[in-house]
Amino acid sequence: MASRARHGGQAIDGRDLKGKAVISGLGLTEMGRIYGHSGGWFAAEAIRLAIDDAGLEKTDIDGLLVNQGMTPLPGMGGVDLQNQLGLTNLRLLSSMNVGGATAGIMVQYAALAVSHGMANHVLCVFADAPLREGRGGGAAYGGGGQQPQPRGMRGLYTAFGMFGVNARYAMAASRHMGMYGTTNDHFGAIAVAQRGWAAMNPLAQQREAMTLEDYHASRWVAEPLHLFDCCLVSNGGVAVIVSSAEGARDRKQPPVYIWGMGQGHPGDLNRAGWDIETQTGAPLSKERAFSMAGIEIDDIDVCQLYDCYTYTVLVTLEDYGFCAKGEGGPFVADGKLGPGGSLPTNTGGGQLSGYYMWGMTPLAEGVIQARGQGGDRQASKHDVVLVSGNGGILDHHCTLVLSPHPA
Amino acid sequence: MPEEHGWTEVATLVSDRDYDLPIPVADEASEPFYAGAKEGRLMLLRCSQCGRYRLPGRGRCVDCWSEQSEWAQASGRGKLYSFGIMHQKYHPAFAEVTPYNYALVELEEGPRLITNIVDCPNEELRTDMPVEAVFDAVSEETTLIRFRPRATG
Repeated sequence: MASRARHGGQAIDGRDLKGKAVISGLGLTEMGRIYGHSGGWFAAEAIRLAIDDAGLEKTDIDGLLVNQGMTPLPGMGGVDLQNQLGLTNLRLLSSMNVGGATAGIMVQYAALAVSHGMANHVLCVFADAPLREGRGGGAAYGGGGQQPQPRGMRGLYTAFGMFGVNARYAMAASRHMGMYGTTNDHFGAIAVAQRGWAAMNPLAQQREAMTLEDYHASRWVAEPLHLFDCCLVSNGGVAVIVSSAEGARDRKQPPVYIWGMGQGHPGDLNRAGWDIETQTGAPLSKERAFSMAGIEIDDIDVCQLYDCYTYTVLVTLEDYGFCAKGEGGPFVADGKLGPGGSLPTNTGGGQLSGYYMWGMTPLAEGVIQARGQGGDRQASKHDVVLVSGNGGILDHHCTLVLSPHPA
Repeated sequence: MPEEHGWTEVATLVSDRDYDLPIPVADEASEPFYAGAKEGRLMLLRCSQCGRYRLPGRGRCVDCWSEQSEWAQASGRGKLYSFGIMHQKYHPAFAEVTPYNYALVELEEGPRLITNIVDCPNEELRTDMPVEAVFDAVSEETTLIRFRPRATG
């Protein structure tokens, strides 16, 4: 454990921030192959639903943080969305992008703002509409990194055929397999567990039963990744409202308290001795988030772990210390992440089987579970909910610790 | 030419095959890297201040932040840090060769280089296997640096 920063002789662990901010509203649009709408429409719709969910008026909103997906939302810093919605007294407005870590990180900056009086109710929104009728999901996201006329060192990606995010995560998973003997059976156990949860989530895109045999039968995308190792592609929007704990008292929904927050951005030196592929920013992120929340790993009841790929879940479990480094495969193999298991994880189906809203997928399900509104898939114990975000090629990690209790 | 490791003679494969895959060309920052490859040398930048190696295109040493560097010949030896087998047909030119491997090789000098592994069936690729550079002349102008398994004594 790295030493805590000190200031004026006092250890800085962020403990005074615990429970100061809450998530007071959640808005989820329909998800998946929903055609005919722009990303901006999904964003506006998610915001409308979140304000209604929180029991607030649009004039109560004085902060807006925007994370656009693959389909751009026009206007610098989110101003176009602001103007579409007639939000005229914003004390906070920015567009942000740290990939799949953005949602959690937006909530963190919003929590700091409302905890210190800079704003009262900050909307954080993600929306995307990359799917078009008659076009596969791969066409929406795949194949990045191609240069029509490859040049310089970047041109080597095109020359050697290393295209898209799939290729990069496949290499990370492959490294883990080579170092620790992790297998596709292990990755498959994660896919199967999450599909089990998705069956109980009305919003999930993939709800039909999946076996380990089905997993192995799914086609290769980039070995060692099968199709069922990869997240879905979705049209949709999600918004959450972050308020001060006082400002959210006696509202329509039970408040979800933010107990802990952290980030880890380890950087990639791309040279000997550096192994971001198997050692992510999660430990750095966890350290401050858990000290702020005053919890240990055994206190976690429910996990919502960023799952762009099955492998991301596996390496995140290791890096939080649920098991030792390298033992993530055997750890998940018994199905403990799935329904009835000892560590309910990605209980809405996650991004593998639920819907792909970047960091909003784990965050939204974390809010639902903390509130106790998960219906058939509700975890019986949900006092401490861990939510992680991951952006880039394991470049960015963020942690939120959520709870229905103030402290 | 700097002779840090001595010049290991490696056969240059002058390709007479039809080569239909994308062929990259040098930009200003990578010109000595591409020129070196054409002569059968793997060229890296070496920090003039602290001596650490880095890939071309990085103006500043990440360790000491010096902007001074010189070109230095690498040994061409390394190990297979990781790899994948691409099945998705993202680029039409690769359709014929799919599935193919792509790899990240960790050079003896430290930096990791994107490449393909040749002279090895995909199913025999292993993390950390020793590899050595093969200089593959894919056009008059461009030689690509691929790697093949290296026998170790």
